[in-house]
Amino acid sequence: MVVVKGSSAGAGESGRVSPAGAGSPDGRAEAVSSIEFRLDPGSGMPTYLQLVQQVEHALRLGYLKPGDQLPKVRDVVASLAINPNTVLKAYRELELKGLTAGRPGQGTFIEATLRQVALPELTALRRSLSDWLITADGAGLDEDGIVALFSSTLRDFYERRSGSRVHRGAASGKTEGVA
Amino acid sequence: MNVVEANSLGKRYGSTWALRECSLAIPAGHVVGLVGPNGAGKSTLLNLAAGLAVPSAGIVTVLGGRPAGSSAALDGISFVAQDTPLYKSLSAADMLHLTRNLNRRFDQSCALARLAELGIPLNRKAGKLSGGQQAQLALTLALARRPRLLVLDEPVAMLDPVARHDFMATVLTAAADDGVSVLLSSHVLAELERVVDYLILLSRGRVQVAGEVDDLLASHRVLTGPAAEADRYADRPVVHVRRGEAQAHLLVRASAGDPVPPGWEVHPVGLEELALAYLREPDAAVLPGPARGRNTELTEVTR
Repeated sequence: MVVVKGSSAGAGESGRVSPAGAGSPDGRAEAVSSIEFRLDPGSGMPTYLQLVQQVEHALRLGYLKPGDQLPKVRDVVASLAINPNTVLKAYRELELKGLTAGRPGQGTFIEATLRQVALPELTALRRSLSDWLITADGAGLDEDGIVALFSSTLRDFYERRSGSRVHRGAASGKTEGVA
Repeated sequence: MNVVEANSLGKRYGSTWALRECSLAIPAGHVVGLVGPNGAGKSTLLNLAAGLAVPSAGIVTVLGGRPAGSSAALDGISFVAQDTPLYKSLSAADMLHLTRNLNRRFDQSCALARLAELGIPLNRKAGKLSGGQQAQLALTLALARRPRLLVLDEPVAMLDPVARHDFMATVLTAAADDGVSVLLSSHVLAELERVVDYLILLSRGRVQVAGEVDDLLASHRVLTGPAAEADRYADRPVVHVRRGEAQAHLLVRASAGDPVPPGWEVHPVGLEELALAYLREPDAAVLPGPARGRNTELTEVTR
């Protein structure tokens, strides 16, 4: 894993992670963004998805809240040395999800918060997952097997979903799912 | 607009063709990776596009049809050749002075600001700067010409990891800020994965793969399954097969929604895996269709 700080090359220093998560009255700083992206080359996940997930994660954990500004595209490019189109793609994806909105000439801002599922619903989901685990255990899967199956199914699920959204123009002819 | 367009382009040195029957059209607004084994013709293609070499066959134009090497073309292109071409005994300030006087357009204040930002001392001789600083100085000179196409031949091959990162950050920031199109060659595939959004694979002097990275990745999958069944899919557009006794991996042309044979697993493919598979199968090719340009669908040309 590589944690990348603001680079020495080009670019004004982009925002560093503000030390205390929430509620920092940073009125004096000029456009310091609340989060800093990092890339995990070993994750096997496309770079733009890593950026999307980090924003979602930060929303869930409260590092980002509505009204906060995401790092400027050129600052992300300068600090991570990644293709500008990758950052644009991630920001477009976030906008499509309704989580952010672009303000012309200013940047991209958090619009919505990622509402956690309400408690009763969460309990029900946990119960049905437990039931499934009992079935899997009964079928002879050990813990590693269950984790492998779950994460690969999860990946396929989201990949198909984001895939069908991103590439809606091309290759939409076939409707059969992936076996 | 196409930043580089080549038609049946060829270059012969003596009796050897360094580049042959090369036809391609690179749309503007991309960071393009030109990849291929040593001797594939990468530098030859870049030199032809920059106007430093004259074609033996065919034509090459840049920036929307300007003949390569014409003054209209040269105004819009900056080229940084392999191993950082600087006059080693001149100071950074002298290099700036020289470049400014040799070019019609040169943004002196921008160049000075960048060198200050990078902490490169103006009075030091270029030869006494670190490898990373020399590369950054050459890049600064190239960018100060305010090009619309930046051509880099193996730009980071000699640099340490930090210098590579900083160098690429500068290049990509120029792409983000000014919309400069970038064409860079490399044989370090892993390095390009995050940097380029358009890939050209050159092999044995010919273009083997050309297209937007997203399109290429979306149109290829790896299928993993029993080796005994691998031949059954020979009718499919299989690019490359890796086969063990029991299990086989097929790299195929297929998109996310395509059906998968029962008992087979499907995986997305990365840029490096894709490029390696094509490089190992010189007869397979994937090139843009006749319409040529941004949103054209990929069509298979040969197999």
